[in-house]
Amino acid sequence: MKKAVVFTVLLFVGAFLLLSAVQMRPFGAPTNPLMDDYFISHAQAEAAANNVVTSIVFDYRGFDTLGEATVLFCAVLGVVALFRKLREDEV
Amino acid sequence: MNGEMSVIVRTVTRLVYGLIIAFGFYVIMHGHLTPGGGFQGGAVVATAFALLLVAFGAAGIKGKLNAHLLQSLEEVGALAFLALGFLGIGTTFFYNLLANHGPIFGRPDVIGSNPGFLNTAGTLVWMNWAVGLKVMTGLASVVVVMLIGARKGEPE
Amino acid sequence: MMIGNFPFVVSILLVILGLYALLFKRNLIKLIIGVSLVETGVNLFLVTLGYRTGGIAPIYTYAPTQQPMVLPTPQALTLTSIVIGLATTALLLSFAVFIYRHYGTLDVRKIKELKG
Repeated sequence: MKKAVVFTVLLFVGAFLLLSAVQMRPFGAPTNPLMDDYFISHAQAEAAANNVVTSIVFDYRGFDTLGEATVLFCAVLGVVALFRKLREDEV
Repeated sequence: MNGEMSVIVRTVTRLVYGLIIAFGFYVIMHGHLTPGGGFQGGAVVATAFALLLVAFGAAGIKGKLNAHLLQSLEEVGALAFLALGFLGIGTTFFYNLLANHGPIFGRPDVIGSNPGFLNTAGTLVWMNWAVGLKVMTGLASVVVVMLIGARKGEPE
Repeated sequence: MMIGNFPFVVSILLVILGLYALLFKRNLIKLIIGVSLVETGVNLFLVTLGYRTGGIAPIYTYAPTQQPMVLPTPQALTLTSIVIGLATTALLLSFAVFIYRHYGTLDVRKIKELKG
């Protein structure tokens, strides 16, 4: 009984997702690429780098990279702190 | 029958792990010219550490990899990344101060398709190195701590 | 109509497979694999949003001239998302190690019943 309810829920969610994926905009024609056209044409003059993706990650949107570095640091801190009380001697 | 890997695995690991570390440093260094950068190169170098741990086991690495040293290096990397963000605080946060007129890595870039010049992007190269150091030591310390912690407290 | 939107449908199929693993399996490691599958599907969907027909990679080193470039912003956001997924998986796996050491089993139905 419970398995049938869960299966019906999965079927409805899957059908909703698939229907919205089929009816999206055509693949290969992005709408309103104004910001990315500015990045492509001005990245070599302002950031002086050949790689546009790296200049976006570290120069134009550097604040998001700071947040991501904080998340990685906190995850490593959490894993090391969880295993701390099992280590009697230092490695 | 002591649970170690065979002779072939250990010999190939001794030959190959230096090349993997060198390739990871290449990917970090050329982050502003080719696809790559800090995060990708740091993951490649952490893969070399994981290969060493798998091939030699926890007993072979006991005296060589120190978990406290790896954590201190990770903190140095995180603080260096934050300090580089504050370098151009006169204009805005995370401003590329050394881009076109700095002492090192300050040469202006040629517009259009060109073979890459290493001297170009300003603070991008220092930020690549800081994030690469942070990711490489962080992932290595996670792998080392999990292996030692899981091996020590087996369920009774 | 169907052939044109094929990359979107593939990434949605990955999400549906991950949801099936989350809803129907009882082992804790299989649940973690399901979470990882959902994250992979979402990352793939983000990258396929920024494609331009006939475009090349957004890098100027040895680039062939007079060709349009694909959008670089979704690729930068996917980088962040992959790193956050890695951090989540590392914490989930260390919790699984502790649960196995405390309860002796990895079945999610038995973990609710045994106390201490």
